[in-house]
Amino acid sequence: MNCLTLHTELHTYLIIGAFLFAIGLYGIFQRRNLIGMLISAELVLAGASVNFMAFNRFLAPDPTVGQIFTLFIMGIAAAEAAIALSIVLAVYRNYKSIDTEDVQDLQG
Amino acid sequence: MNCLFSTDGLVGLIFLVLLGATGVGAVIAVSAARLIRAVVGLLLAFIGVAGIYYFLNSPFVALMQLLIYVGAIGVVIAFAVMLAEPRPEDEINPGSPFTGVLGFLTCGTIFAGLAALALKTEWQAAAGKTNNGSMEAIGNSLLTNYSMVFELISIVLLVAIIGSLVLARAGREKS
Repeated sequence: MNCLTLHTELHTYLIIGAFLFAIGLYGIFQRRNLIGMLISAELVLAGASVNFMAFNRFLAPDPTVGQIFTLFIMGIAAAEAAIALSIVLAVYRNYKSIDTEDVQDLQG
Repeated sequence: MNCLFSTDGLVGLIFLVLLGATGVGAVIAVSAARLIRAVVGLLLAFIGVAGIYYFLNSPFVALMQLLIYVGAIGVVIAFAVMLAEPRPEDEINPGSPFTGVLGFLTCGTIFAGLAALALKTEWQAAAGKTNNGSMEAIGNSLLTNYSMVFELISIVLLVAIIGSLVLARAGREKS
């Protein structure tokens, strides 16, 4: 096993994708405020994109499909970030806080 | 072990640096107590991912990753952090002490499962490739096979722009 030829292996990319996904999920569990959770969600999306690109490079018969899918993931992620951040700003204006424990009017 | 100072060795070394940037950036992004540092970690991870895309024969997607994620989304999140002035993570009530441990165990299990799946499966490559995946081929596919999705994403982005303007403006009275 040679460290310097790792970039020719499909497994390397799949594992780094799985790592980004898992650490993003951990961040979503762990973070106590809304922007931190959004940052972690972006990591999850990056992991999915790396997976698509890896399969596209090594396995797919048409090597444009994965690239186009990744471009669409980027578009959706941009839309998601814009909407989520304006929701965060609306929450901040109403509660003067973006900590998840302060936003609990419906908790009963 | 081939020589570190040959061209191939240098390429491999650059790839290892990119992997390291991605991993370290992701760890900073989920563990930094101050959110602005988490944003910087996220940007570092995105730069590493852009380099990984370059290694995957897709310079166009790598460039888009730098422009859209590192440029646009990074700046937007940094602005939101400045506008919302979040408290540092260590001043917030940490909640149940089991949350961190359970979350770590769950995500560690998921990572181990996915990694084992990736390593154990016999991946079958396609017999041949219909094109070389260059920027020209991407443009042709976008305007022929995938033109419908191309139109849909523009509608989604338009709705998202209008929606975020409406949401951010609501509740702000005229001065």
